Amino acid sequence: MSTAVERFDDKARATFDRIGQTEVHEGELLRHRVYTRFLHWMVALFFFLALFSGFGIYLPWLFRWFTPIFGGGPLSRLMHPWFGLGFVLFFGLQMLNWVKPMMWTPADTKWMKNLGQVLGGKEKMEPPETGFFNGGQKAQFWEIVAGSAVYLVTGIILWFGARTFGRWAVAVSYVLHDISAVIMLGGIFIHIYLSTIGEPGTFPAMIRGAVSEAWAWTFHPAWYKEVTGRDPVQACEEARRRGQFESK
Amino acid sequence: MSDRRTLQVKQMSGHSGEAPGFGVQREPEVCKLIDTTICIGCKACEVACVEWNDMPFGPTTFDNTYQTMPETRWNFWNLIKFNEHQREDGTVQWLMRKDQCMHCADPGCLRACPADGAIVQYVNGIVDFQQENCIGCEFCVSGCPYDIPKFNPATKKVYKCTLCSDRVGQGLEPACIKACPTGCLKFGTKEDMKYIAEERAKQLRENFGFAQAGVYDPQSIGGTHVVYVLHDASDPERYGGLPKDPVIPWSYTVWKWLAKPVLGTLSLMGLAGVLMHYVSVGPRRPQPEPPLKEGTDVHRG
Repeated sequence: MSTAVERFDDKARATFDRIGQTEVHEGELLRHRVYTRFLHWMVALFFFLALFSGFGIYLPWLFRWFTPIFGGGPLSRLMHPWFGLGFVLFFGLQMLNWVKPMMWTPADTKWMKNLGQVLGGKEKMEPPETGFFNGGQKAQFWEIVAGSAVYLVTGIILWFGARTFGRWAVAVSYVLHDISAVIMLGGIFIHIYLSTIGEPGTFPAMIRGAVSEAWAWTFHPAWYKEVTGRDPVQACEEARRRGQFESK
Repeated sequence: MSDRRTLQVKQMSGHSGEAPGFGVQREPEVCKLIDTTICIGCKACEVACVEWNDMPFGPTTFDNTYQTMPETRWNFWNLIKFNEHQREDGTVQWLMRKDQCMHCADPGCLRACPADGAIVQYVNGIVDFQQENCIGCEFCVSGCPYDIPKFNPATKKVYKCTLCSDRVGQGLEPACIKACPTGCLKFGTKEDMKYIAEERAKQLRENFGFAQAGVYDPQSIGGTHVVYVLHDASDPERYGGLPKDPVIPWSYTVWKWLAKPVLGTLSLMGLAGVLMHYVSVGPRRPQPEPPLKEGTDVHRG
């Protein structure tokens, strides 16, 4: 990324650190700074506003009970593009903020090949080369980048309609817009599950910004090693000997 | 639409097949016949439409032709399209076509519309917009092969010709038909209008030297409930952009009615998927976890 973007990100991160705060206690590591958390929750807010206002337009016979939230069908239709713009704007900023740690590495390819083991719960700790983000997180991130681009282009075509872009552009955009939504809808369940009950201890990373060291050496061993300089497997064994178990 | 038939008994218990008398009463499909060869471009139909539907008369646009404005508007549903056609021998032909909703048997607007009950098709073939259910997304505009639905930015609803469903329901002809002074416009059953149209086209071919004369009732959208008699049916485009083979985008047929519910359900399965993962495999916790109980092991099938 160009230095102008880096300067912008650095400035934004510093500004938000002055506005908010991140308390990292003994035995914890700093995971996400205030700026990252702010962007994440703005993205989440606009994602769900756009999702719920879009539901009634996607399949009214199944989802029309969503439209009263926004004051009925016409208002859902009116607000949906603006919610979408909010989502694209904040996710765009998050993309600039995250583009570096989200770069794909050979370790991620290896991680993806190992996906079956992770899903089956057979591996207690992540492989040692798993860094700040794992392959799955990166895959989902880039899916949202691609999906948002599709949303933006097709959304503008649908917004201004057949009178501006012609009836075939609208007919095609309609399908692409929906496919992007369906993929992201499937992905959001996985995202919410893994960040809450699926991998306990993850949620504070996006709320307070800090995670326990045990969480770090379990799920992101290479990142743990990078920030503490200690070997993750060894650190875990030492904790086991001391009897420092994570409570159930 | 009259509801005379709604309480007619169709079948009854203890009797096989349809009830006696069912189907005796005819429920015809209605049709408007526009004979472009008789139209004199008087625009009485335009005025009658605006009057009956109680719409204010807006400003017209003069574009060096006899046409009132370039295209129909949200409050101007009936427009005589005027075109000059130069024949091969250099003579000029004036083509006047009354443009309005075609009331397609397979309506693209209805297929494209995502709102609940905003567009309906009656048994008699009339396609009607129910503005109280319209959400103003304008997808119908992209579904229509004739560029008929028009958006009103003030009410954020879409409007078009109703084929005077309010009049037809009471047994009256549409307002435009009533106003026509030349007999160019006729109204009746689809069957009758098709017969008259074909006879007229035959007459034009055999007696008036219009070798290509024919009837416009495009089968690519299952036919329309407004049919034209044209001097030259081989090129309807010259009558102010009447498409020869109107089409509805495939996305509104395949995607909307088939793939959408299937894919929507699949993505909701993601919710079931993660819940089942939680109860069967369970969460991954930060290590180390307390050791397993003495003498037990993780149960795996």
